[in-house]
Amino acid sequence: MDKMPKWADIVLIPLISLLLAAFFSALVILAIGENPIEALNLMIDGALMRSAGWGYTLYYATNFIFTGLAVSVAFHARLFNIGGEGQAMLGGLGVALVCLYIPWPHWSLSILGASVGAALFGALWALIPAYLQAKRGSHIVITTIMFNFIAAALLNYVLVEMLRPVGAMDPASAKFPDATHLPSFQDMFSTAETPLFRGAPANVTFFLSLAACLLVWVLIWKTRLGYEIRAFGQSETAAKYAGISPVRITVIAMLISGALAGMMSVNTTMGESERLILNSTEGAGFIGIAVALMGRNHPFGVLLAAVLFGFLYQGGAELALWTSIPRELIVVIQALVILFTGALDNMVRHPLEKLFIALRRRNA
Amino acid sequence: MTAPAIELKGISKAFGPVQANKDISISVQPGTIHGIIGENGAGKSTLMSILYGFYKADAGEIFIKGKKTLIPDSQAAIAAGIGMVFQHFKLVENFTVLENIILGAEDGAMLSTSLSNARRELKHLAEEYGLNVDPDAVIENLSVGHQQRVEILKALYRKAEILILDEPTGVLTPAEADQLFRILDRLRAEGKTIILITHKLREIMEYTNTVSVMRRGQMTATVKTEETSPEHLAELMVGRKVLLRVDKAPAEPGATVLDIKGLRVVDDKGVERVKGIDLAVRAGEIVGIAGVAGNGQSELLEVLGGFAEGTGTILMNGSEIPLSGHGADGQTRRAVGISHVPEDRQREGLIMEFSAWENTVFGYHHAPEIQNGLLMDNKGIFAEAEAKMERFDVRPPDPKLAAKNFSGGNQQKIVLAREIERNPDLLLIGQPTRGVDIGAIEFIHQQIVNLRDQGKAILLVSVELDEIMSLSDRIVVMFDGHITGERDPGQTNEKELGLLMAGITDTSTVAGNGNTTPPEQEVHANG
Amino acid sequence: MDFLTLLQVLDTSVRLATPLLLACLAGLYSERSGVVDIGLEGKMLAAAFFAAAFAFYSGNAWVGLLAGVGASIVLSIIHGLASVTFRGNQLISGVAINFLAAGMTVLAAQSWFRQGGRTPPLEGAARFNPIELPFAIGPNDAAAAERPLSQLIAEAGPFQQFYSELISGHSILVYLALLTVPATWWLLFRTRFGLRLRAVGENPAAVDTAGISVVWLRYGAILICGILCGVAGAYLSSALQAGFVKDMTAGRGFIALAALIFAKWRPVYALWACLLFGLFQALELRPDIIENLTGMKVQVQLLGALPYILTVVILAGFVGKAIPPRASGEPYIKER
Repeated sequence: MDKMPKWADIVLIPLISLLLAAFFSALVILAIGENPIEALNLMIDGALMRSAGWGYTLYYATNFIFTGLAVSVAFHARLFNIGGEGQAMLGGLGVALVCLYIPWPHWSLSILGASVGAALFGALWALIPAYLQAKRGSHIVITTIMFNFIAAALLNYVLVEMLRPVGAMDPASAKFPDATHLPSFQDMFSTAETPLFRGAPANVTFFLSLAACLLVWVLIWKTRLGYEIRAFGQSETAAKYAGISPVRITVIAMLISGALAGMMSVNTTMGESERLILNSTEGAGFIGIAVALMGRNHPFGVLLAAVLFGFLYQGGAELALWTSIPRELIVVIQALVILFTGALDNMVRHPLEKLFIALRRRNA
Repeated sequence: MTAPAIELKGISKAFGPVQANKDISISVQPGTIHGIIGENGAGKSTLMSILYGFYKADAGEIFIKGKKTLIPDSQAAIAAGIGMVFQHFKLVENFTVLENIILGAEDGAMLSTSLSNARRELKHLAEEYGLNVDPDAVIENLSVGHQQRVEILKALYRKAEILILDEPTGVLTPAEADQLFRILDRLRAEGKTIILITHKLREIMEYTNTVSVMRRGQMTATVKTEETSPEHLAELMVGRKVLLRVDKAPAEPGATVLDIKGLRVVDDKGVERVKGIDLAVRAGEIVGIAGVAGNGQSELLEVLGGFAEGTGTILMNGSEIPLSGHGADGQTRRAVGISHVPEDRQREGLIMEFSAWENTVFGYHHAPEIQNGLLMDNKGIFAEAEAKMERFDVRPPDPKLAAKNFSGGNQQKIVLAREIERNPDLLLIGQPTRGVDIGAIEFIHQQIVNLRDQGKAILLVSVELDEIMSLSDRIVVMFDGHITGERDPGQTNEKELGLLMAGITDTSTVAGNGNTTPPEQEVHANG
Repeated sequence: MDFLTLLQVLDTSVRLATPLLLACLAGLYSERSGVVDIGLEGKMLAAAFFAAAFAFYSGNAWVGLLAGVGASIVLSIIHGLASVTFRGNQLISGVAINFLAAGMTVLAAQSWFRQGGRTPPLEGAARFNPIELPFAIGPNDAAAAERPLSQLIAEAGPFQQFYSELISGHSILVYLALLTVPATWWLLFRTRFGLRLRAVGENPAAVDTAGISVVWLRYGAILICGILCGVAGAYLSSALQAGFVKDMTAGRGFIALAALIFAKWRPVYALWACLLFGLFQALELRPDIIENLTGMKVQVQLLGALPYILTVVILAGFVGKAIPPRASGEPYIKER
């Protein structure tokens, strides 16, 4: 028998963990002399009560969907990809090269090209750690961390020495051609009478990320590859018995993971800044970890968690604007979410399991 | 009468919803060897782990030499004079013998004095009990038998008066086991009390003074060994009269299905485990490979099943199959008609977290009939799983239940259903009834014989000699990576096979002639 | 490159290697006990802030050091709860701790000092100042001679240059860090505690059945790890620099992790690994030296990434194999 019902595992535990994270976040806000209730009101007001707020929330959520999916696909193969940040950076480079050096006639084509470029570069950046893990047993957590730093150095070098327009000071590429401009929510949904999403960066990439959710869901639960990835993640010895090649699955899972992380840059680099800048990822690669953990590695859960973190990001920006609470509050909340839904999972799980066993005994 | 060395009263222990020990009482006299026998999962190891402070009992009392003693942890057990040799040794592999022995029993904060004291003491113990081990050898370089000696020395170094051994002979050759029992005899003569956990009736009958039988977490009886018989013990263990005779007609072997020539296997540590084997299996026969665990049988199965690499030639239905590189994998093996029930169903045969229906296509998930375009035909797989579970009497018959929630026997039935129903030409089957309850054993054996009667070739590996003897049409014995002999089960006996399993090929003194009574049927119940 | 320039580069290397070394040894204790710690970065960062803050309030660097160590230990205990008590994923716990420190330090700094996430600069006794060893040429000699120190050293003989420039003139924490290396070696390989620590990282079941508490042993290691990370952080904000700035660890925790792998979890190798990585960092500050040496323009970005690249190469097993303690990363669960 399972120790507890499925709904408790899927809904109750994440919910309790989340409440714990929220409680400690409130304590932190209290400790720096602010009112948590007011802060929450401000965040909701700024992130959810206006279409422009939603425009930011969904823009951030788009990033987190991609990086969250990236982490969760790897998790299914029991690979902890901390390298989402670096893969996203390289994805940005792919987007920039595609946008700068190919003359696109229309945005609808350019977004496809940029997606391919982003996915390709992101996947390539995941390939080396994946290969080293599969063939030489180098721990993927350490190598992907190292590759984040190497990516940052590489991007810095490329921007400063190669992509920076002559005479420009800041380490950034030239602006992308107009034909690569992606329709923003404002472009798409505003009418002359009712302006919506004014100035918000959310753009058509959001729908791309929804499609990615659906595709990952099909991949993991409906295809042979997904079956093999999950089987390998649960038991490497059993996978070998079944003729599932550990090398192949490790590499493929990481390529998919890296590609998804890389595609985040379509949203930031092409959809928002419209040029490649040094720090376009802004830690979204790491937030993917929290999102994947909270979403229990399920695409739908990832979507929900990503929107929640989008809200936190936008809300946090509002807080920083109107109060003395710095944006780093979000980093603390993110840490608490990772801590409670990931590392301290058993702290919530074990007492609940005991409770359900006791309940069953009493009913028996 | 002296106070018992150990007395347990009303010990109970539950792991989550599973009641592992239920109100167990037992008393052991000093200076005796006391056997504890029972089926797998009967709760023997749990009970002893409680006595050693490794687990905490939910209820009950422990008396040592008549004095009530609390044993909350192993430290307390050691202080009470209890030592334990676990089935899986608890040694630090890259430490020396000496370092392992002093670990936790150091003489002070500095290592140098502890080490030199231990060296002296070790020499003394070696002389007293005939336990010779090089104190500076690193554990991972020692043989299993020697590692076990280190475990015994660890206990003696801690001045243990009571020594618990959990399935000590499972990994030993018969010769090594004999040596072990000589040591245990000597310890008993010195007044030590020994508790021997085993599922081998022979060991109980030969070496113990008293024996307790456990069944499903409860103690069913404690008797003097001289006043009981193997049949009686077997009955106590399983709770009813058991007849493990397998009904089968004589084999009618057909064409050669599997032909192995000069097979060699080197494991990932660079040790050669299979050292040039020639073996053929024909259609319609069961070839059983007997041997002590770790003599190359597992590696043989792994290479045949495609998840380890080897060198040599293997012909399957006359065509060569690759042993390394491209094509040396489980998928390709299945494609040429080889099915495989692996030795360890929990680590290999099943994905424990997957539901039963997902497990029914594990390894065959590329089969064209379960695809639906680019996707897997999950509905079809589910329906087929339901039917398979029905046919193989898997209980509970719920395909949605995760594999980990089935009992060992029912897990094995899921694997068997999957592998047999693919209609293979050759079935590889390792330890078919390890950790399987008696009822399921009969069913599983019958399935294997049925498959043979359909004209399929079957290669069986089992460390249970009785199983090999009752199922096989031909018995091949492996020792140290070689085949040391081949016997007709009707023409041999356990003694002869035992010698072959120890690498002694001159068996003229004990060879059976088939006219004496057939080998006695023992009850399987693994520790 | 002349001798004195070499000495200057080495001097900087030692300064920059010190926090790496302390963090690396911290990780060594933790991982030798079987607890992987990728939260070294976060612990150092938290310690750097609290050390600077308390040093500023008290005017005493040692008070700061204690506060820094305290903060680091708190994070260590969280890591212990997650990875030992609740047997969670050690890597995820480490990630959480890094973010917790990154966020909390800025939040606290902003709340206490309102200077954009930094502490006010530290002066005088609030910092760990250089120690002048006997017979070395130092600032006092320069003041007495009323000439710049660099001139005095430039005029001295090679041995005196070596002594004054490289050996003398570091803060006490540098010497402390260097002493930690033989101390760690001794503790690990010559004492009962060390034997048990190494055993629990290889096979916790062996330790458990020998009657030793796996939990307390691992907590002990985690605590030592916290203390050393604390000293490393305090060194950053109150010795190497004068005050805390946001994200001032700048990946040092990860370089230390890299050094630990490079050093194959051995204390003396750790010293060499950290000195090497410290040298890279020193050269990153002086690209002109390499340019003069090689005649080529060298990318500083490449130099900064060198420790990470080297670690990947080591991990790939192309230069010797790095085998971690066998039980590291795995929570200890008694078999059922």
